[in-house]
Amino acid sequence: MNARLLAGAALTALTIGAALTAGSASAQGLSGDMVKIGVLNDRSGLYADLGGEGSAVAARMAAEEFGNKILGKPIQIVTADHQNKPDIGSNIARQWIDQDGVDVIVDVPNSGVALAVQEVTRDKKKIFLMEGPATSRLSGDACSPTGFHWAYDTHALAVGTGRAMVQEGGDSWYFLTADYAFGHQLEADTAAEVKKAGGKMVGAVRHPLNTSDFSSFLLQAQSSGAKIIALSNAGGDTITSIKQASEFGLTQSGKQRLAGLLLFISDVHALGLSVAQDLVLTTGFYWDMDDEKRAWSKKFFDKFGKMPTMVQAGSYSAVRHYLKAIEAAGVDDGPTVAAKMKEMPVNDMFAKNGKILANGRMVHDMYLARVKKPSESKGPWDYYQILRTIPGAEAFATVEESGCKLAAK
Amino acid sequence: MSLPSHGAATVAVGGSGVPMGRLIGLAALAVLLVAPFALYPVFLMKVLCFALFACAFNLLIGFSGLLSFGHAAFFGGAAYVTAHTVKVWGLSPELGILLGTVTAAGMGLVFGGIAIRRQGIYFAMITLALSQMVFFLALQLPFTHGEDGIQAVPRGTLFGLFDLNHPFTMYYFVLAVFLFGFAVIWRTVHSPFGQVLKAIRENEPRAISLGYRTDRYKLLAFVLSAALAGMAGGTKAIVFQLATLTDVQWQMSGEVVLMTLLGGMGTLSGPVVGAALVVALENYLAATNLPVPVVIGAIFVACVLLFRRGIAGEILARFGNGRPQA
Amino acid sequence: MMGTIFGIPPQALFGQLLLGLINGSFYALLSLGLAVIFGMLNVINFAHGALYMMGAFVSWLLLTQFGIGYWWALLLAPMIVGLFGVALEKTLLSRLYKLDHLYGLLLTFGCALMIEGAFRHLYGVSGQPYPIPEALRGGQNLGFMFLPNYRGWVVVASLIVCISTWIAIEKTKLGAYLRAATENPVLVQAFGINVPRMVTLTYAFGVALAGLAGVLAAPIYQVSPLMGSNLIIVVFAVVVIGGMGSILGAVLTGYGLGLLEGLTKVFYPEASNIVVFVIMAVVLMIKPAGLFGRER
Repeated sequence: MNARLLAGAALTALTIGAALTAGSASAQGLSGDMVKIGVLNDRSGLYADLGGEGSAVAARMAAEEFGNKILGKPIQIVTADHQNKPDIGSNIARQWIDQDGVDVIVDVPNSGVALAVQEVTRDKKKIFLMEGPATSRLSGDACSPTGFHWAYDTHALAVGTGRAMVQEGGDSWYFLTADYAFGHQLEADTAAEVKKAGGKMVGAVRHPLNTSDFSSFLLQAQSSGAKIIALSNAGGDTITSIKQASEFGLTQSGKQRLAGLLLFISDVHALGLSVAQDLVLTTGFYWDMDDEKRAWSKKFFDKFGKMPTMVQAGSYSAVRHYLKAIEAAGVDDGPTVAAKMKEMPVNDMFAKNGKILANGRMVHDMYLARVKKPSESKGPWDYYQILRTIPGAEAFATVEESGCKLAAK
Repeated sequence: MSLPSHGAATVAVGGSGVPMGRLIGLAALAVLLVAPFALYPVFLMKVLCFALFACAFNLLIGFSGLLSFGHAAFFGGAAYVTAHTVKVWGLSPELGILLGTVTAAGMGLVFGGIAIRRQGIYFAMITLALSQMVFFLALQLPFTHGEDGIQAVPRGTLFGLFDLNHPFTMYYFVLAVFLFGFAVIWRTVHSPFGQVLKAIRENEPRAISLGYRTDRYKLLAFVLSAALAGMAGGTKAIVFQLATLTDVQWQMSGEVVLMTLLGGMGTLSGPVVGAALVVALENYLAATNLPVPVVIGAIFVACVLLFRRGIAGEILARFGNGRPQA
Repeated sequence: MMGTIFGIPPQALFGQLLLGLINGSFYALLSLGLAVIFGMLNVINFAHGALYMMGAFVSWLLLTQFGIGYWWALLLAPMIVGLFGVALEKTLLSRLYKLDHLYGLLLTFGCALMIEGAFRHLYGVSGQPYPIPEALRGGQNLGFMFLPNYRGWVVVASLIVCISTWIAIEKTKLGAYLRAATENPVLVQAFGINVPRMVTLTYAFGVALAGLAGVLAAPIYQVSPLMGSNLIIVVFAVVVIGGMGSILGAVLTGYGLGLLEGLTKVFYPEASNIVVFVIMAVVLMIKPAGLFGRER
């Protein structure tokens, strides 16, 4: 009688408990006996090629320079796919930090996801190294004391490409904008630079992230008559817009030009030089610029099979700097290491005399480039002609301009 | 045309004469009270939110025989309203959730008004399409911030007293919300109103011939189900401090159908079991290399073909003593 | 410079309408398949979007793995998808005919999850490029816009398929058997016609239409595992508006909706996604059986 009762209760509790057990993971709490690096990015979608597994490879290369050990303890690198969804990204970040002992989160392209993850890392005082996302808000009004915006941002892109194209005669602009944080910010920053340089913004149309058919948007761009059709999107979206613009004969007449505001070498590779030739772009890294970059990029190519984008190269640089800071600080506690990182200048193949501002922005030189014509290219991945170097101070906003509140001390 | 129920009306009795169901319920409650000490509280809160969502959905399909394929609109819509009122208007969390619930109820009234005229597949299609409309609205309206969603939703202080930033406090609040919702459903099912709903599910023409205004009953059930789904959504927004498009996508409606079918339609505990299983499965599979949707889809297909009563339904059917409840 | 129509330059108006017609071609093809399946089996084929995607992927695989080009793919891909449909119907769907038809919906939903999940797992969600066939490259300058030849071909091909299907069902003997079997399967079986086989073939034909739409879509949209799920709900709405079992309703509503979306994009672009659902709500309130449907 009582046995039945007990058996019934126990059985039920067991069943429910077993079902719920799958939710528990390893021990809670930070493991001080290792440094765990979490590379979180889009591994299967439209941004997979600009970061993806390549960023993890780059991070591992940085760890290898330290012998995969820091202060005598092992370095472990884990990866996850945020699928371009802020809720998935922030859940992974939260679970990594709470349950899996991850000490630092790396990459996170997709500005919307990055903003969500920054909320988590700021809250839990963990370091967040951002090479993938673009929005200048990450070192602006959404800044964090442990957040580091490394490779580039929308402000730098606007200064580079925006100014350059106005100077080439493009004084009326129509924007084709990805309808989320990144697209909006890039459009806003670029429109401001265009206006400063004497041009004007004629109009804009928003498209959903990961659109497969740009025909109606391109038609609107064409009807606007603007001299420059600016693509305020990235990755797969940029590739598709450029391809379909060519399909619809948008640039045939010569009266309208495309401006790829954010172009990665992976995009140019996917498009091919015959489609992408003469596009002007701003980048934080190009593999074929000097011996140091070439040497590192060749090592990367041997491991990964493709030349690195600025996001992947930036991941290497940021992780390396982070590990150096841990060595110098002796601990892996977020705020302490962050302070150390801001003290030390960044000197590696990615940046020379890079300086980290109080708002987490890593200021370094950017480069204005033009995509070569097929006849000018000597082989695969020989894609860019560097037009000029944009000094860091010119490319990036100052701490006051950025609007980051915690840096105003 | 509506789905018949399975195993809803049996009651098993333990040897001492105390209903087994009540014992199991008490045991489950005990487990839930101590669970956050053993398991990751955020995971548990996710299970509870989805369990409430599934229970709300089950009120329609299991007890009224109406398959709604658009419940994500209530879940996600309330999440957005709660997130916005708490973050931008600065309301305290319980008011935010209340507003979310009310919004969902309002949406339920509108959707129900349009959809109730039809039955079976037509009803399902209409709810699906209406919820897709809500999705596109969520994409366009400025306050939802489209792809980015509403981020950095503060947890706030409950009733001005309890700081919800502490995981345990938040957990017990979510548990309380869940138990409240569950109690409402239990009370509804075991009431005369619930009996009429079951009658409508079994044989609507006969219910009409008995003089019941079936449309009104169905509409009320729909609104109640929508409101409770909204309560789950609003709570989820506070727990995860985010409201995103994922919450209003039709795939989310599909998830709740899956949870309820897996757990057992027409049983009270079924959706809870189903939700716990699906959330746990997704969590566990994410760490492996297995494609999660394929596994879940396969389980779904297996359930539809073979285990239509769901887990709880099967258990009740086998171990119940077959005495129909009053 | 031409004048404006309602304040919109005709270039923009006709351009968007033409683009809308192209979209409408896909809506029409897909809702045709869905209407055929629903008419015969009384099942809402939730897997329709996934099978459309499968058609596109099969043609992509045929090209990249076997070097089989577009024109053969137009023939082969629908057949392969149709065969898959036969397998699906015989092993899974047919077991549910004795039960409430909602189970059919649920089953096909589960199948859709599996199919899409499998392709997602294998190929990620970013699109695979599929080149426009040689013969259809380039375009025509129509004055108000530049129309790529391929997109023009899509409209023509879909019109041909839709009209042929309508003729086959309404005007031929086979079509008559089909329609009779829909009304009264037992009686038709008594006449010696193999109804289960007809059911299977109908399902196969319906999904083959989806596969064909997939091949047509491959050069325009990216071949991506998500391409179906983005489209399927709109197609459901089209079928509901047109009247669930009505072939004519499905086709006309499909094209009509494409045009309407194009029109909306000119005047109020943000609403272009919602317009179909608003129309659906209105139609349901006034004529619940749909524009061309009959009460069942």
